[in-house]
Amino acid sequence: MRILLIDDSTTMRRIQKTQINGLGITDVIEAGDGEEGLKKLEQSMPIDLIMLDWNMPVMDGLTFLKKVRTMDAYKDVKIIMCTSESEKTRVVEALKAGANNYLVKPFTPEALKEKLGI
Amino acid sequence: MDVSYINPFVRATIDCFKTMITDQILPLTPSLKRQPFSCYAISGIIGLSGEAQGSISLGFSMPVAVKVVSDMLKTQINETYPDLPDAIGEIANIIAGNAKKELSKFNLSISLPNVIIGENHTLAGEGGAPTILVPFSSGSGDFMMEISLKTK
Repeated sequence: MRILLIDDSTTMRRIQKTQINGLGITDVIEAGDGEEGLKKLEQSMPIDLIMLDWNMPVMDGLTFLKKVRTMDAYKDVKIIMCTSESEKTRVVEALKAGANNYLVKPFTPEALKEKLGI
Repeated sequence: MDVSYINPFVRATIDCFKTMITDQILPLTPSLKRQPFSCYAISGIIGLSGEAQGSISLGFSMPVAVKVVSDMLKTQINETYPDLPDAIGEIANIIAGNAKKELSKFNLSISLPNVIIGENHTLAGEGGAPTILVPFSSGSGDFMMEISLKTK
C-alpha cells in the first residue's frame, strides 16, 4: 500500500508516518500543503490512500479534495481527512466533497488502523 | 466573557495531552488575567473568528516545551530542535479545533497557528475582552492556557 500524507505540520507528518510504519506500511510520501500534494499525487501514482489535513496554507485540504474528485485519474484513490476540525457540519462537508472517511486529531494508532481497514 | 466557554478548551487540552503526550494532565484553578506578565519562552497561539472573536494560547517555559514535544514524538529532543515551534503550534491547533465543536453556536473558524519564541515574552489579550488563565499541571511539566473570547 502506498500512502500520500498531506499535512502542513512536520510534527504531525512525523507522528502519523511513525504510526503508519508501525502498521507495516513503509511506502509513505509526504506533502506540506494541497498544492504540493497535487504534484506528488501526479508524480507518484499509483497512490492507494491519501491522509489529508484540512487547515493548511497555499491550498487547504477541502480545496484539494474537491479538485482531486474532479479528476478521473484519481477517482479510485481513497481519501481520509485527518484534522482537528471536529464539528459535524465539517465532517458532512468533507464527506459530501468526496472524502471516504474522517479521523479527528488527536488519534491513536488503533483508531488509524481501524480507519485504514487493516 | 462567560467563563463556561473555557470548559471546551480545558476538555480539549486534557484529551490532546492524554492521547498524544502524557496520561498525567490536570487543570488547576482558573483566574482572570489582570495585567500582562512575562513568564513564557514559547507560546502557540490560534486566532478564533466568527460570531465571537478571540484567541487561545498555550505558554511554556523552554524546558517544559522540550519535554512536551519529546513525549509527543517519543524521542528526546532539545531546544535547538528545528520543528519545536511547529509542534507547539500543532498542539494549540488541535486543542482549538476540538474545542470549537462545543462552541458551534459561534460558528468559529480557527487560524493557522502562530508561535512566539523569546525568553520572558508577554502575551497581550484580545482588545476589549478579558483573558482567562488556566494553569495546567502535567507529567511533562506545568504550562498556562490563556483564553480570550469576545462575544457579540
